[in-house]
Amino acid sequence: MVDVPVKRLRFGQTQRRDAWWVTPAISFLILGSFVVYATWAAFQGDHYFVGNYLSPFYSPELWGGSPHALFGTKPSFIPEWVPFSPALLILWAPGGFRFTCYYYRGNYYKSMWADPPACAVGEPRKHYLGEKVFPLIIQNLHRYFLYFAVFFLFFLAHDAWKSFWFNDSFGVGVGSLIITANVILLGGYTFSCHSMRHLVGGFLDRFSAKPARSSCYDCVSSLNRHHHLWAWCSLFCVAGCDVYIRLLSKGVICDWRIF
Amino acid sequence: MAGVGTWDTHDYDVLVIGAGGAGLRAAIEAARAGVKVGLICKSLLGKAHTVMAEGGVAAAMANVDDRDSWKVHFADTMRGGQYVNNHRMAELHAQEAPARVRELESWGALFDRTREGTILQRNFGGHRYPRLAHVGDRTGLEMIRTLQDHGIHQGIAVHMEFTVVSLLKDAGRVVGVVAYDRERGRFHVFRAGATVLATGGIGKAYKITSNSWEYTGDGQALAYDAGADLLDMEFVQFHPTGMVWPPSVAGILVTEGVRGEGGVLRNSEGRRFMFDEIPENYRSSTADNEEEGWRYVTGDKEARRPPELLTRDHVARMIRREVRAGRGSPHGGVFLDISWIKSKVAGGAEHIKKKLPSMYHQFKKLADIDITAEAMEVGPTTHYMMGGVKVHAETQMSTVPGLYAAGEVAAGLHGANRLGGNSLSDLLVFGKRAGENAASFAREHAAASVADSEIQSVIGRALQAFDRPSGENPFMVQRALQEMMQENVGIVRIESEVEHALGELELLRARAANVSVDGHREYNPGWHCAIDLDNMLTVSEAVARCALARRESRGGHFRDDHPGKDAALGKVNHVVRKGPDGRMQLEAVPVLPLPADLAQIVEENK
Amino acid sequence: MTTSVSATFKIWRGDASGGAFVEYQTQLSEGMVVLDAVHQIQAESAPDLACRWNCKAGKCGSCSAEVNGVPRLMCMTRMNDLPVDQPVTIQPLHTFPMIRDLVTDVSWNYRQKLRVKKFSPRAPDRPDGTYTMYQRDIERVQEFRKCIECFLCQDVCHVLRDHEKHDEFIGPRLLIYTASLEMHPLDGEDRLQALKDEHGIGYCNITKCCTKVCPEEIRITDNGIIPLKERVVDEFYDPLKIVLRALGVKKQKTAK
Repeated sequence: MVDVPVKRLRFGQTQRRDAWWVTPAISFLILGSFVVYATWAAFQGDHYFVGNYLSPFYSPELWGGSPHALFGTKPSFIPEWVPFSPALLILWAPGGFRFTCYYYRGNYYKSMWADPPACAVGEPRKHYLGEKVFPLIIQNLHRYFLYFAVFFLFFLAHDAWKSFWFNDSFGVGVGSLIITANVILLGGYTFSCHSMRHLVGGFLDRFSAKPARSSCYDCVSSLNRHHHLWAWCSLFCVAGCDVYIRLLSKGVICDWRIF
Repeated sequence: MAGVGTWDTHDYDVLVIGAGGAGLRAAIEAARAGVKVGLICKSLLGKAHTVMAEGGVAAAMANVDDRDSWKVHFADTMRGGQYVNNHRMAELHAQEAPARVRELESWGALFDRTREGTILQRNFGGHRYPRLAHVGDRTGLEMIRTLQDHGIHQGIAVHMEFTVVSLLKDAGRVVGVVAYDRERGRFHVFRAGATVLATGGIGKAYKITSNSWEYTGDGQALAYDAGADLLDMEFVQFHPTGMVWPPSVAGILVTEGVRGEGGVLRNSEGRRFMFDEIPENYRSSTADNEEEGWRYVTGDKEARRPPELLTRDHVARMIRREVRAGRGSPHGGVFLDISWIKSKVAGGAEHIKKKLPSMYHQFKKLADIDITAEAMEVGPTTHYMMGGVKVHAETQMSTVPGLYAAGEVAAGLHGANRLGGNSLSDLLVFGKRAGENAASFAREHAAASVADSEIQSVIGRALQAFDRPSGENPFMVQRALQEMMQENVGIVRIESEVEHALGELELLRARAANVSVDGHREYNPGWHCAIDLDNMLTVSEAVARCALARRESRGGHFRDDHPGKDAALGKVNHVVRKGPDGRMQLEAVPVLPLPADLAQIVEENK
Repeated sequence: MTTSVSATFKIWRGDASGGAFVEYQTQLSEGMVVLDAVHQIQAESAPDLACRWNCKAGKCGSCSAEVNGVPRLMCMTRMNDLPVDQPVTIQPLHTFPMIRDLVTDVSWNYRQKLRVKKFSPRAPDRPDGTYTMYQRDIERVQEFRKCIECFLCQDVCHVLRDHEKHDEFIGPRLLIYTASLEMHPLDGEDRLQALKDEHGIGYCNITKCCTKVCPEEIRITDNGIIPLKERVVDEFYDPLKIVLRALGVKKQKTAK
């Protein structure tokens, strides 16, 4: 029995004076644009590499038409009528990692679903399930997406390494820097993850008994303080990286070789 | 409004009034003894003034300095109290405090730790060795939350936002109380075999105070009206460091921990004026230069304490002297500087924030001052009542059977001046004793009934203010009383001013009898103030009468016309009680003589 | 701002049966906080204006209210941080039943605390009843124990505020309380099943409003609720751990 009667607010009703709607609106625009762009880019299946540069949306490229593909071209067992792009095979993993991320969850529940629209602002819906039951109960599998994300980091790091080798000679292009920045930011985002923090040591109650774990926990905790920054910066960088390589590949711009 | 109406009746074996540290500790102990316990709080549970205690809880656990022992703690307490303490209470307190603190740990309290994993202890004014177990500067919060979270599982019935208006007596013993609940304004009668007062202090009788609205001397006045003796009422502690700016927060406490961590007091000329005068009995244990003082703060066992850590009464008067001499800060205080330790400690600013987080927070938020970069402005504030209900040292029973008192409302332990950190240990040690003894008293004495007519007359009196259509606003009378007491019976007292105060109190009593309140009984602050006024007047009169009689300066009581100590007065305590004519009587009773073994401990630790 | 400025306040007046905002004018002075303004209004024009307060220093958590729609402690909200060109609105906490004016019945929170299994320590490490604990072990829990129980987080949490899950969800304050017990280096009790079921930790959708309003700046969501959610995952949702436990490879309970 609910023993506390509450007077319900209308959607958007609040005594707040500040422009509370600005932050969720900006989040909505950025996240929305990213999802639309990433989906479009993933379905393209083209213009995702140029020379030694490979777009992070397409890495690791399992099967595909680029020299970066690990196992050759599109396998014959995939029927013709199934839309195919190397990105579609792998993008669910980083996508799932972000979708189930504790930071993004809090963010998109507000900006995309208005649950709540902002703190102390009335909601549009009466019904609420939270993450207690299906469907959102699956958010609890975040750590498995984390495992994939860590695995992917090796490929992305390898891509970054390759981006410095132009026809077997070492060099630095703007693209190499963007690809390297991308793996660093994604690394920061992955290693600042709340699940990571729990798994490396957060589950302990007595840190002093496990000094090594305890140091790992401290490292992850200090990264975790800025998890939201890692999340946004890596989001911009990964999209920027794909855009840059796409434009190079289409010949719209040229890569500037610094070294 | 005049209708007295009905009331709810509640029956308990032990009723505890007040839910600060002492009240909660007493309730827990009584419940442990297996009796039915009721607990009345004036505010919500866990909001009592104990949360404001910052520095720590004094207990001679000797975790940091192994030379410490209960004997040194006892001797420190007696010296701080200027030897008018009840020595038996001081002895029990020093002996039992360590066990009471350890017990808290097994109830979930998390005190700061030493490297060895034991409870860390810090330096404090008047304590020879680092003795205060603490949690940064929020020790009181840790304590009250620990007691609260433990207490709620002991089957104690908690009545939040209730105020007691009168004790009920039958055949010479206290058998219950009449109270009202603030939220609905309804009256309640509590019948109990034993009643424990744990209502705290009287700070609201003064204008500048660290106490909140609740501390109106309720327990002292209730006991007095029930015929109990009050003891040592002249000894009011003025904490040397309260905030002085902005005006709305004047009086709010700045913990002594700031000085314990190396904070220094300076006047407007930048001089550490505390070196100017060091009292005789502390000269051998006080540093005579700044460098030695700092070494003491860093834990050098050879160094003597800096003069900022002298007893509170002395520091408060020294600050007042600087301000009077025109060497004060812009807003009428002096400067307390902790930021200077940045030159001594690596990562100084972070160190300060870590050691004094709530002070940092408090000044940042309320005064827009960053204490890691600037000095604070501080001045004396009414802080603590050493006097109160006279109790039996071992059982905590007052002079009226069935009525117990523990914590600030009780008197005796602290003598003329309380050492910082001794109040938290006081309420643990004597809260437990009061609960224990109240429970055994209640086992032998069942609750008794009181005639309805008596209850009706109590309720009638409490509601009188509603019946006066055009009386004075109670807040105005309260303000006049606070200003009058601040002015005339404050930190420095003179015969003529105290006599004047007694005259003024008569007039204020007449005004209080004529206040009126408007409106409803639900959560009506004006009405609550009207009821509290009587208590404040009673305790104010007790303070003034005792202050007049003590023609000497001792501890918290300083007489400008008698600045020295008087050996004869050093052997008496003042007791006030309600005479048969209803007027206040004062009696000087001899201080309990020290038994030889305790006298020797005092001598060895001089 | 030394010259006197006047400000208008819209304060909610009424009781459980209803009420309305009433406008009051009062002079502002230097260093004033919202609670001072309320007291001044009480003294000048509304002596029966109900308002709960105590320490006036942000330590007791009594004077919680919504100032311009944001849950805050009135004693810690400085007037010079608020725009006074428009009326300042002060209303009681939304999530709890009204008693009168700015006072609400917060007893629900006290009842919830009783539902959380109490602290249950291991046996003392030494004969004198003491324990060995290192600063390292207690820092995390000390952050949670800073809580002053102002219930601002309970007020702002939309699960309670908008969805009235009072009977299925204990709210951020009590999740932090649970965290302070679960992560306590001495505690041996298991509260994970209760967290998942009757305390409803799954209702929290980590929108972090509780963290934003916390006057003690406790990182409620990041340091308290999310780590608890992860512990619940360990116990109930991580398929690998469930299989390993079933095979007897892993212990039943989170390592203590």
